[in-house]
Order: sequence, then C-alpha cells, then structure tokens
Amino acid sequence: MGGLTWNYILKRVGMWFLTVWLGTTIIFVVPRLAPGDPVAAMIGRMTAQSGYIENAAQIIEAWRARFGLDDPWHIQYLRYVGNSLRFDLGYSLANFPSRVEEMVMQALPWTIGLLLVATLISFIVGNTIGALMAWERTPGWIRNLLPVSLTFTSIPFFMLGILLIYVFAFWLRWLPASGAFGRGLIAGFNWPFIASVVQHAILPATAIVISSMGFWALGMRGMMITTAGEDYMILAQAKGLKPSRIFWMYGVRNSILPQVTALALSLGGIVGGAVLVEYIFAYPGVGYLLYQGIVTSDYTLIQGIVFMLVFTTATLVLILDLLYPLIDPRITYERG
Amino acid sequence: MSVKMEYRLGPGQRAADGREITLEVKNLKVYYSTPTGDVRAVDDVSFHVYKGEILGLVGESGCGKTTTAMAILRMVQPPGRIVSGQVLLDGVDLVKLNEAQLRQVRWNTLALIPQGAMNSLNPVMRIHSQIAEAIVTHEGKQPKDKLRQRILDLLAMVGLPSRVYDMYPHELSGGMKQRVCIAMAIALHPSLIIADEPTSALDVVVQRVVGQTLLDVKERMDMSMILIGHDMGLQAQLVDRIAVMYAGHMVEVAPVRAIFAEPLHPYTQLLIESIPSIKERKPLKLTEGLTHDLRNPPPGCIFQERCPKVMEVCRVERPKLRQIKPEHYVACHLYE
Repeated sequence: MGGLTWNYILKRVGMWFLTVWLGTTIIFVVPRLAPGDPVAAMIGRMTAQSGYIENAAQIIEAWRARFGLDDPWHIQYLRYVGNSLRFDLGYSLANFPSRVEEMVMQALPWTIGLLLVATLISFIVGNTIGALMAWERTPGWIRNLLPVSLTFTSIPFFMLGILLIYVFAFWLRWLPASGAFGRGLIAGFNWPFIASVVQHAILPATAIVISSMGFWALGMRGMMITTAGEDYMILAQAKGLKPSRIFWMYGVRNSILPQVTALALSLGGIVGGAVLVEYIFAYPGVGYLLYQGIVTSDYTLIQGIVFMLVFTTATLVLILDLLYPLIDPRITYERG
Repeated sequence: MSVKMEYRLGPGQRAADGREITLEVKNLKVYYSTPTGDVRAVDDVSFHVYKGEILGLVGESGCGKTTTAMAILRMVQPPGRIVSGQVLLDGVDLVKLNEAQLRQVRWNTLALIPQGAMNSLNPVMRIHSQIAEAIVTHEGKQPKDKLRQRILDLLAMVGLPSRVYDMYPHELSGGMKQRVCIAMAIALHPSLIIADEPTSALDVVVQRVVGQTLLDVKERMDMSMILIGHDMGLQAQLVDRIAVMYAGHMVEVAPVRAIFAEPLHPYTQLLIESIPSIKERKPLKLTEGLTHDLRNPPPGCIFQERCPKVMEVCRVERPKLRQIKPEHYVACHLYE
C-alpha cells in the first residue's frame, strides 16, 4: 500500500533519460536547421571589427575542422551526445579559449543564489497571501490590503526593475543599481564581501518576488476556497481545534499540493536565470550569460545553457515524483 | 478535564418525572439572509434530549434538521445566523458562549458524527493522528504509549482492526471511515453526540453494521445522541424517541413506538404511510401540494397547503406544540 515500488522508480528514471535525450537532440537539431554558419558569422564579426582579415577562407576551413563541422551529421551527433554525457559542453564560439562549462559554472552560483532565495520567498509569501485571502477568519483590513499588494504583480518584471533602480538606487541611493558585489572587494568568505553580495541582491530579488508572488497567491486562493468547502473542514471545526491548526493542517496542507508541483517546475527554470532581471541589474548570472550568447550568436554557449536547463528540470521533476508520496499519501505507485 | 468541570454546572435540569435532561433547545430560530428576505430554516423549535437516550430527528430534505444540528454546535455557516433561542447543554447556554469557550465545549461535551463520512477525514493525516489531535487539543499532551493504547481501544470499540491505526483515510472503505468518525466522537466521552445522517452514504448491509455500532457505544458509554435521518426504518430500530420536523418547525415529538403505532400529526401519518412495504404497492401520498416559500410563511399552520385534514382555523392560527398524551407532543389543531 502506497510508497515506492522498484517498478515505478525504473519507469521514472527511464522517463528521465528519455526527456534528457529528447531535449539534447532538439538542442542539436535546431541550430543546424537555422540559416547561416556560426564560423562564418564569427569571421564576419571579426571582419567588421578589424576591417580586414587575411585568409578568411582558410581560417573558416581550419575552424570548421577544429569544431568538427565537416563530419557527417550522425558522427557529429554521436560525438555531441558523448560529450554531453560527460558534461563536456565544448568551447565557446565567441570567447574561444573559454570552455562553456567554465563560463556556466562561474555564472551559476550567482543565479542559483539569487533565484533560489527569491523563488522560495515568493513561494512562501505568495502562498500565505493567497491562503489568507481565502480564509474567512482573516481580519478585514488584511483582506483589503492583499489585493492591493497583488496589483504590483501585474507590473511587468522589467518595468518593476527599472522602477526599483530609479527609486532605491538613483533617487534614494540606498542600494547599488547593478552588479553582484562591490568593486575592489576580494571574493571570499569575508564579511564585507557577503554584505555587499546581499546588498546587491536585494533589488533584483525584490523585483522577482513582487512580480511572481501573485502567481502563487492566485493559485493558492483558488485551492483554499475549494478546500474550505470540504467536509473535513466542518469536522475539524466541530472538534474544537484551534483556528491556526485548521488553517495550516487542514486548509494549507491540502491546498499546497499542486503548488509544490509548480514550484519544482519553476525551480528547474532557475538555472536558466531570469534573463530580463539579470540584464537590467547587470547581474553576472546565467540569464545574463544567455543574453550575451544570443547577442554574439554563440551557439555552443546557448546549447550548453539549454542543456543545463533540460537536465536540471528533468532531474527536479524526477526527485519530486519520488518525493510526492510523502506530501500526498493518496498517490501510490502500485499501478505506476 | 478541568474544562468539563467548568461548564458542567451540576447535573442539568430534570424533567417532571425525574429523568435527567442532557440537552434542552428552547425557541430556537435560525434564519438565512437572502437578497429577497430571510429564509426561516429553523423557526421557533423546542425539544429536549434525556440522558442516555437516542432522539431521532426526522423530516424531508430541507426541513431544517441539519441546520438545527449545526445551530446546536454553533456552526451555522453565513449567511445563516441564530436569531434567538437557547441551547442548554448540561445547563449551559451554548448560544451565549464566546469562541474560546465554544472550542472547549466542542468535542469535550458535544461531538459530531458528520453527514459526509466519505470526505470528513483529512486526507493527508493518518487515522491515529486525527483521533489524537482531538484528544490532545482538549486534554493536553500525554505519554505516547498511553495515547496509542487509548486510540487502539477506541478503534476496537467500534469494531475496527488495529491496522487502521496507521492508515490514511483513502485506504479505508466508507463504512470503516464512518466507524473511525464514531470512534473519534466517543474519544472524549461527550454528554451528547449529534449523528447527522451517519448512514446515508452507505449500502444497506454496512448501514446495519454502523447502526449497530452506534447503539453499542451509546449503551456502553451511557451518552445521549441525536440521530438525524430520513430513513424511518433505521430510525425505528435505533432511536428511543422521534422528533418530526416540517418546514423549519417541530410538528410532533413522541416515543418511537407511539409514533409508529399512532401518529397524530397529519404529516407524520403521511410520512409513516409512505414507508414502502413488500406486501403491497401503494401510491406515494406525500406528493400533493408544495411546501410554502420559507421566506414568507403563510399565517396559520405551516402544513396547511399539503394537509388532507385542513380546517378553517389552520389558515388563521398557528398551532403550538403541546402535550396530548404522556411524552407525546404534537402541533395540530385537530387535538385541541
């Protein structure tokens, strides 16, 4: 009864492989369907910068060979899959000597730090607001305040970011406008650096929290209203339980399930960064990197980031699927 | 336990013949506000429950049975409200209690066996923690093994195997869930249990088992019970006295034998005639005429529009519930 079965775990892991494989294949195919040649494009850019490049044709030839672009497509594909399995994402086309995984690994901690914290705060605050909006015992003044807070949610991400920068960085000068830490600080585990990191993260995090918590609040409100009509809420009240216990253990506990699924999906998206927010705040995360990759037609970089995205999303969904019986005992994996 | 002392101000009232009264409802009025006026769901209802008896509360759907029960529990949901009246449980008027006092009375002295047993248990909590929270909320923390033994005893008392202890509601059948609800209701040894159509969602075989369980625990624990239902056959087997409601009014209250042998009120007569019999097929008599609009009751008797024996006086004056024979109350002009 309930719990995990080996059969189920195998099926889920199989699904995980299938998802990652399909994702990587699509990443492989799409850029090759697009018109243009990345090497030619790069030479073109170099030409534009320096006026004239000698032996452009030879350089193109040499680079094509170097990147293996002359091999038949199935050889390219197998090599690509093999490399992906070893997390070898290749060289960046635009910043040639740098490797993609190095660039991503440099950006990833910033993005994860910022977005993980912001998403979790947004999840907790948003769901609490949503639950309170639907709870009949919530004091009237709070209930009137809540919809007001949600109107901020309808302001687009980037508008909010610009607004925050204007008010808090430009006008009040309380917080820095861009970057991840102050200039001249030595990165490491020392107090001035950490303080600077937190200071720099406040504005982008606030932009993300404010603009995304409405999503959680509205979903939660709907679920709570449905739950409030359930028979077990009546019995809970008749049992003389404390209202706070009914709210959390009966209301929120039963309403949160679909929200957790959505949380896992949005956590999967975290590694992709929040492109607009990171761009506006010049935050050195994956989103900013992705933006640069697109601007410079850096195919390998874009591929690498998208591969990371597919991989982490699939992995998080797998983990969630394995954890689900813990939060909802009704889910059994008997029939898988 | 101190709570019980606080509210159990003596043994309660006694009837004229010296029998102890557990619950006395006096002139209870519950109205639902609607844009076109108040719906008088319960209008001037009075009755009492003796210690150790089961009172059957019967009537057709919408006659105010469940609203009466919810009013006794002080759990009438908005837009409903208790307009006036007294609900004396062991001598304490529940209508006058505040929220905190109510929470203490609920389950301690007054328990509910809910209508929708299928959905009355919290789907994400194990059976033992749902019973335990009722005990711990009212009696405070206690040793784990003592609590465990107590819950196992309760389950055994309603005929459930001990493996139910660790199960989730979705792993139980409808009848088992209903018995869990019964076990929960008797956990704190309340003075009064309100069972709101406890068998309505079950098949006839399970109905019998659950009915028998109710009788057993009532006998063993010497509690009073209000059994709400419209199954006259089941009522005949289980209850000591029957109270018949029609359109928010109490029309007849009598010992179960008297009601079946000699129903006095025309509505009760029709109700009992309509019990299907295997020996003969008879047309349903209770279909003539419509119930009046509950927002705008006519002057005079509330049953006048469907009554086969309606008289002039019935159109003018509302009959009062009065004692015609020992323990036999009826509200009808025929007996004045």
